[in-house]
Amino acid sequence: MDDFPWLTVIGATPLLGVAVILALPRGRDLLVKQVALLTSLVVLGLTIAMCARFEPAGARFQFTEAYDWIPAFGVQYAVGVDGIALVLIALVAVLVPVVLLASWHDADPVEATAAEAAAASERAVVARAAASTGGGSTRVATVEGPPAGGALRPGRSVKTFFSLLLVLETMMVGVFAATDVFLFYVFFEAMLIPMYFLIGSYGGPRRAYASVKFLLYSLFGGLLMLASVIGLYVAAGDQLASGTFNFLALTQLELSTTHQVWLFLGFFLAFAIKAPLFPFHTWLPDAGAEAPVGAAVLLVGVLDKVGTYGFLRYCLPLFPDASRELAPYVIALSVIGVLYGALLAMGQKDLKRFVSYTSIAHFGFIGLGVFAFTTQAQTGAVLYMVNHGLSTGALFLVIGFLVARGRTRDVDAYGGVAKVAPLLAGAFLVAGLSSLALPGLSTFISEFLVLVGSFQRYEVATVLATIGIVLAALYVLLAYQRTMQGPLNPVHARMPDLKGREVLAVAPLVALMVFLGFYPKPLTDVIEPAVRCTQADLGFSDPQPDEGEGVESDAPTPADCQTTGER
Amino acid sequence: MPVDIESVPVAYSAILPMLLVLGAAAVGVLVEAFVPAARRRVAQVVVALAGLVGGLVAVVALAGEPDRLVVGDAIAIDGPTLFLQGTLCLLGIGAVLLLSESSLDSSGGDIVSSAAALPGTREDLRLAESQGVQTEVYPLAMFALGGMLLFPASNNLILMFIALEVLSLPLYLMAGLARRRRLLSQEAAVKYFLLGAFSSAFFLYGVALLYGYAGTVDLGGVREATLLAQDDDLLLYLGLAMLAVGLLFKVGAVPFQAWTPDVYQGSPTAVTALMASATKVAGFGALLRVLYVGVAEVRWDWRPALWAVAILTMVAGALLAVTQTDVKRMLAYSSVAHTGFLLVGVVTLDTDGLAGTLFYLLTYGFTTIAAFAVVTMVRDSAGEATHLSSWAGLGRRSPLLAGTFALLLFALAGIPLTSGFTAKFAVFQPALDDALPLVVVGVVASAVTAFFYARVVVLMFFTDPAPDGPSVAVPSGFTTAAIALGAAVTVVAGVVPQPLLDLAQSAALFTR
Repeated sequence: MDDFPWLTVIGATPLLGVAVILALPRGRDLLVKQVALLTSLVVLGLTIAMCARFEPAGARFQFTEAYDWIPAFGVQYAVGVDGIALVLIALVAVLVPVVLLASWHDADPVEATAAEAAAASERAVVARAAASTGGGSTRVATVEGPPAGGALRPGRSVKTFFSLLLVLETMMVGVFAATDVFLFYVFFEAMLIPMYFLIGSYGGPRRAYASVKFLLYSLFGGLLMLASVIGLYVAAGDQLASGTFNFLALTQLELSTTHQVWLFLGFFLAFAIKAPLFPFHTWLPDAGAEAPVGAAVLLVGVLDKVGTYGFLRYCLPLFPDASRELAPYVIALSVIGVLYGALLAMGQKDLKRFVSYTSIAHFGFIGLGVFAFTTQAQTGAVLYMVNHGLSTGALFLVIGFLVARGRTRDVDAYGGVAKVAPLLAGAFLVAGLSSLALPGLSTFISEFLVLVGSFQRYEVATVLATIGIVLAALYVLLAYQRTMQGPLNPVHARMPDLKGREVLAVAPLVALMVFLGFYPKPLTDVIEPAVRCTQADLGFSDPQPDEGEGVESDAPTPADCQTTGER
Repeated sequence: MPVDIESVPVAYSAILPMLLVLGAAAVGVLVEAFVPAARRRVAQVVVALAGLVGGLVAVVALAGEPDRLVVGDAIAIDGPTLFLQGTLCLLGIGAVLLLSESSLDSSGGDIVSSAAALPGTREDLRLAESQGVQTEVYPLAMFALGGMLLFPASNNLILMFIALEVLSLPLYLMAGLARRRRLLSQEAAVKYFLLGAFSSAFFLYGVALLYGYAGTVDLGGVREATLLAQDDDLLLYLGLAMLAVGLLFKVGAVPFQAWTPDVYQGSPTAVTALMASATKVAGFGALLRVLYVGVAEVRWDWRPALWAVAILTMVAGALLAVTQTDVKRMLAYSSVAHTGFLLVGVVTLDTDGLAGTLFYLLTYGFTTIAAFAVVTMVRDSAGEATHLSSWAGLGRRSPLLAGTFALLLFALAGIPLTSGFTAKFAVFQPALDDALPLVVVGVVASAVTAFFYARVVVLMFFTDPAPDGPSVAVPSGFTTAAIALGAAVTVVAGVVPQPLLDLAQSAALFTR
């Protein structure tokens, strides 16, 4: 079974599902949904099987495959995973079925009331006028009611919605699995298109604005990265036998610090926009708020992780000198992000923007962990990526369920919901507590590791970041109090509680958060060796190597880090 | 005094592609004279397609043979010639398919039957609704295509001028043949003709000066003269500059781009498709030959000027496209920007750059022809609805058509997994070594172009349809085939580009 192309099969399965969905006859919406869910479950099963075969002590990259793709450019279709990529692919595989379940009715055609139809035609007129100045749409309206356009909105095709989600899954697996820098770039950019359509076609009232902002920010970052990717290729051509985009070969380059700094900046800006790090974050609150809930979970839970993953996987090993040189600045941005995100989250009236800002704070923590250059901090950062995906995913889902019931994203319109929908309130509380890193839930461990690991190198920054924890407790509990506690808003007196499908979507996330909160070892075992390889690429050793947690014995030597699992 | 004219041997097999296409054009004229009106259209389409397919087959048959100069060294049969001639035949087939579309317009075609009627007169209004069709457009298109096949193959500046005129004159006329919006169309024709004639004069003057410098109009002879470069090169540089004006005009480079938006907008869309794709391919072919074969030895003297043109073209094209509100004008300015990207490949002046440029020309041609084909299908009562606002919500009503257009726009923007990305990569990568600033400008300009392409996608998919918006006409198989061909090349050259890249690489050597 060792030769089984795990990654290609996992990546291609969703596309197979898309083909089946597109072949289905019109009007079989339920069947479309079932096929999509089944496909994502198959992917999950395959991913679990692959994870079981992963050897933490083995080669750095496992399940590798490499074929020539465009030899004229020296591009290979080369995939493989180390521990970091593995856990992120697992996160993707877990989140997609959850998202599909949660978005079950998001693309259903909606009957429009007369008033809404009138509003729609008015909007069309405005759009005609706005067409000449740009894809503007009407200004903010926090009502998330069914956007209307005639009796039944045509074009909100269920088929397209679920196909886009599955295509996105392929791209997400590909971006983490790529070991060819060019291939990584291709997935990095191509991933934008399905998300662009998900936000633009199925999003909230300001969807056009949000989707274009998202696309342009990301495209711009991507182009900067492309420049660096080509720069790397040229440098490889000068130093090695021929130009290459192979990741391991590229880590062997000897570049001057100045050269490294320029190339580093190209990658860094792309990832900083993607992650997003302060001050490149302004697209996220818009995109997160306007995206349909399922897409928002994937956007913040996975797509943004590509940024932080990129820091760790590409910026650090490829440009070690530049990383060391610029780390203090990145740390500063990260800490600002932690505090800024937390403060703005506290002030948000819009629930989905609120979650987006909490994420900006969390990405600050991840950035801190990555650039602290200690094994503990980086392990914590990777763990944080997974846990953040689970906890913020859960938070977005719960808020999505709440908004679907209350028809508004405005915090003040709610109150006392816990009295009528205890399950919903409970799920909100657990997700929120996980977001503020309560001990016993998974995020606590990752946040703790990041802070302990970073303190060894950046004391002041870490102390400042710790304030973010206090702020997190404030913003989460305030939001909970405003929506779930207090007097019941009579409008919501008949709000139904979570239904079976919704419980089924949230339950796995809650279970995982609790389980990993008590027993994170399966993850850390896989992550640590990969992180040590990154450290070796950087030429860094931990400040107090003897304070590790009994992992020195199986720490791989740098030589191991150059191997792949090819047999 | 009797002039002793030496007759040159003509290698008919080597110029067979051109003979077939021009022959089909001549047959088309005869068809016009002798075939009864009712059957003329079918006969013309068959003749035109047969000529182009025959030309394509002839090109493929020639591909294995060694490079050589034929017809008294006036025509070069080499890799770039054959690659571009093959591309032109394919694009020509696409354009003829679009021309022969008859079921989109209620009156049976977008070509007016009598172009001489004054706009706004009663005669003109009658023509707009009459069922009369005009089939002379097919031989005109074939003559233009014949000239285009000859243009990049010309190794002799006089022959190149003749090819330029053969390809230009029919196009001037065809620009004025739109059935709807006659005034715009006639303005386009006049503008194109006046500016085109002016640029031809520049070209011819340039040829004269180069003859004064080199004593020959053979590109090989010009090259030999530059090898013995004297101090008084004024004739060479003046001549080259004037020659370049003529060529850069045809490909729509800044500062000779002013005609593109008006002409692209006013011409019948099928003719615009032909101009935007095939003319650009032919024009770049000739430009490449002049630069690579004729004056490559003095490249250090002219490259700075071409750098400046490339930068101006990319920046102006991208920025001006942002403010457009008409689909055809937007595509026109975007074609200007793409001319700039192509020039980046041209200034590289090595095999990789040449291969990249050839690849770019091919993929860009197909994407463009399909994009204009989509434009022909979106209609309201007054013909094509080209104002961007009327495209709002198109994705809701015709997801397949809008999806295809989105794909083509993403390709033009250079999103990975489409041909546009591969092509941009193929021209930018060879330029990195010694033209880094050009690549930087190119990347930034690409980002700007992405903005207005994304804006159209927003309009189509994320905006509610206007109540009285245009409808998508149901095309016959012709238009569908042209769109399918363009979209297929766009996807295939994006996902598995290697065979095409290999082909371009193996073709990237000029014979001298």
